[in-house]
Amino acid sequence: MLPTFSVMDSNRPNRQMTRRYFLRASSATLLAAPLFQHLPVLAGPWRFFDENEAETINAMCERIIPADEDPGAAWAGVVHFIDRKLAGYYRRYQQLYRLGLQGVHESSLNLFGKPFVDLAAAQQDELLRKLESNRAPGNVWKEISAGEFFDRLVDHTLQGFYGGPRHGGNRDAVSWRMLSLPTAPMRSRRPLTAPWNITHGSPPEKR
Amino acid sequence: MNFKHANVVVIGSGAGGGVVAKELASEGLDVVVLERGRWVTPDQERKDDLSNQRTIVLGAPYGPDAEKEPRVFVDPEGKEQVVRPDDYRYNNNAACVGGGTASYGAMAWRYMAQDFQMKSLYGVPDGSTLDDWPITYADLEPFYEKAEWEIGVSGDVTPDPFKAARRRPLPMPPLPDSTETQLLKPAAQRLGWHPFHIPMLRNTVPYNDRPGCMRCRWCCGFGCECDSKNGTQNTVIKTALATGHCELRTHCIAANIILDARGRAKGVEYVDAQNRRQTQTADLVVVSGGAIESARLLLNSRSALFPEGIGNRFDWVGRNLQGHAYSGAFGLFDHDVYDDLGPGAEIAICDFNHGNPGLNGGMMLANEFCRLPYQVAGMAPPDVPRWGKAHKDFMRTWFRRSIMIMGPSQEMPVFSSRVQVDPKVRDYWGIPVARLSGVDHPHNIELCKFASDKAELWLKEAGAIRVARRQKTQSGLSAGQHQAGTCRMGNDPKTSVVDKHCKLHDVDNLFVIDASVHVTNGGFNPALTIMAVAYYASDYIKRGWRGGGFL
Repeated sequence: MLPTFSVMDSNRPNRQMTRRYFLRASSATLLAAPLFQHLPVLAGPWRFFDENEAETINAMCERIIPADEDPGAAWAGVVHFIDRKLAGYYRRYQQLYRLGLQGVHESSLNLFGKPFVDLAAAQQDELLRKLESNRAPGNVWKEISAGEFFDRLVDHTLQGFYGGPRHGGNRDAVSWRMLSLPTAPMRSRRPLTAPWNITHGSPPEKR
Repeated sequence: MNFKHANVVVIGSGAGGGVVAKELASEGLDVVVLERGRWVTPDQERKDDLSNQRTIVLGAPYGPDAEKEPRVFVDPEGKEQVVRPDDYRYNNNAACVGGGTASYGAMAWRYMAQDFQMKSLYGVPDGSTLDDWPITYADLEPFYEKAEWEIGVSGDVTPDPFKAARRRPLPMPPLPDSTETQLLKPAAQRLGWHPFHIPMLRNTVPYNDRPGCMRCRWCCGFGCECDSKNGTQNTVIKTALATGHCELRTHCIAANIILDARGRAKGVEYVDAQNRRQTQTADLVVVSGGAIESARLLLNSRSALFPEGIGNRFDWVGRNLQGHAYSGAFGLFDHDVYDDLGPGAEIAICDFNHGNPGLNGGMMLANEFCRLPYQVAGMAPPDVPRWGKAHKDFMRTWFRRSIMIMGPSQEMPVFSSRVQVDPKVRDYWGIPVARLSGVDHPHNIELCKFASDKAELWLKEAGAIRVARRQKTQSGLSAGQHQAGTCRMGNDPKTSVVDKHCKLHDVDNLFVIDASVHVTNGGFNPALTIMAVAYYASDYIKRGWRGGGFL
């Protein structure tokens, strides 16, 4: 039912996988043993996040919608959706994300002594549940509510995964294919294979 | 045209204002329509799952502007908050040419005869201002018919034994049965109910020079890409403009109604598209801004004669704000029921609108419009986690194998549910914004439980292996896209705002023509009733105009 995806056909030239990212991705593959084994390439340019923040959000999104027999949030590029919207329509949430990410880092060090991206999947889930129930440790959570940050992130992840590909997530309409939904028949518009639907970028004329 | 002085200025171009503009311009009156939104044409419809009038997380493309037009929402605990149109507490409908009708689901219900006589039928429950309409179904029947034929309705209501008397059939046939209809129709019949095809303001065959529906899944909340959905923007407003007697000004925000020395309406002050203050004088002023914005405009129109807002001598403007509490159930089947055929909503029953033991009124029940993936993601039953693999499994299991049945409960109006103007918060143009407060009547909860019971029964009879109830369980403010009631129609000036012809009791040449005048809001989507009342009130204005009554 699903088309075969591979990293090689992702139309994003010259994005080199960093060694650190490769190691982490491959160890995550071994630990979590997801059925869907194609690795996402996480590469900017970023509009709001820095590299570390993007990796953390990407890892959090992947736990919210994990890969199994179908691709998850990381493959679908949900982090690109969130990054793009934080620089645009969701700019009012910039502070929430900036502080929230600091809080996640703090909580992660506090609980497990490692950054979030280096945790095993079960540990990541444990931390997310602590965020959800407002029980995550850390000083940042005195400034903002962990639960509120997590609620927002869950909602944005669902939007990025299940919404239309035009907003930067749901790469190649992967969630719609998962649900066997045809893509939008639109008159006089550029098709899903238009460059910005594949590369998570803006339309060329806007760059 | 550019009318310096008009015969009529109409504020708002939705279900009410659009009809009024056409009726009066066709009579030869010079009409200026002020619309705060833009004109969205069919080719501009983006079919965006995240930005439409139903899912507003990335903004409401049919208006209003997310930044410029806030409201104040007061929650049941009394905490107030400034909310934007992309917040559900805003109770947005739309702000564009056609108003809500440009992007609605387009159900075209006639209210039943009983819906106009609620107080006589049921008595007044504690805490409610329930009343009868000063007009009856029979008064509106010819105008319902006019709306159905002029604007265009498809469907087949002949199997519905509960419908009020009607003279003509609907002008267009229903769409062919979808998979859901094929399951639900025999199931309802086995239960002894009377299912039929929902009347819709939608072309199923070419009508009024526009094509029939192409059955895409982006329907309720979206504009129609092939222009098959009939709103006022592609029917009566076009006709009005073609008469040469109507001028439509978009991006014009009405600030207040001005009065002359005799206490009659002289015109409207508004802000135009270039943010300039303008005045439009007119012989007649018609307010058709929807239940929240119409009340706001009247309350913002203060003068020595009306210090609390025009027409508000007895503190009834903005009161009785109501909408529809929706409840029902979501059923899972052991086989695929999704056929990707819009609009989705197709089959309904009216067996439970009235005559339910122990309940005042009831609701129509129907299957839901096509659900888009992100919408379904928020509909998981309570035992499904919000995230993780279990949620993904829910999506894969339920998306193509579920049917949802919902119904709009007829509400008991409450005096303290209201629109005010906020003393502090102003919009981008400096006009005080609407402030929404109050909760709906507790009877709603009982009705919602009843609706969920019946929906559950129906789904199980159709073969659902699991049913998740979707039931309103807490009181809250009710308005939303079906907002109504804030300028009640009545015979007594002390307990209503307009008379039975939609004319303000206090001002001879000022009319409110939209859902604001609804005394009660039926157990149905209100669009066709708003249109019928607009035809009815326009008829009165035309007759008065011919007799020189307003000059």
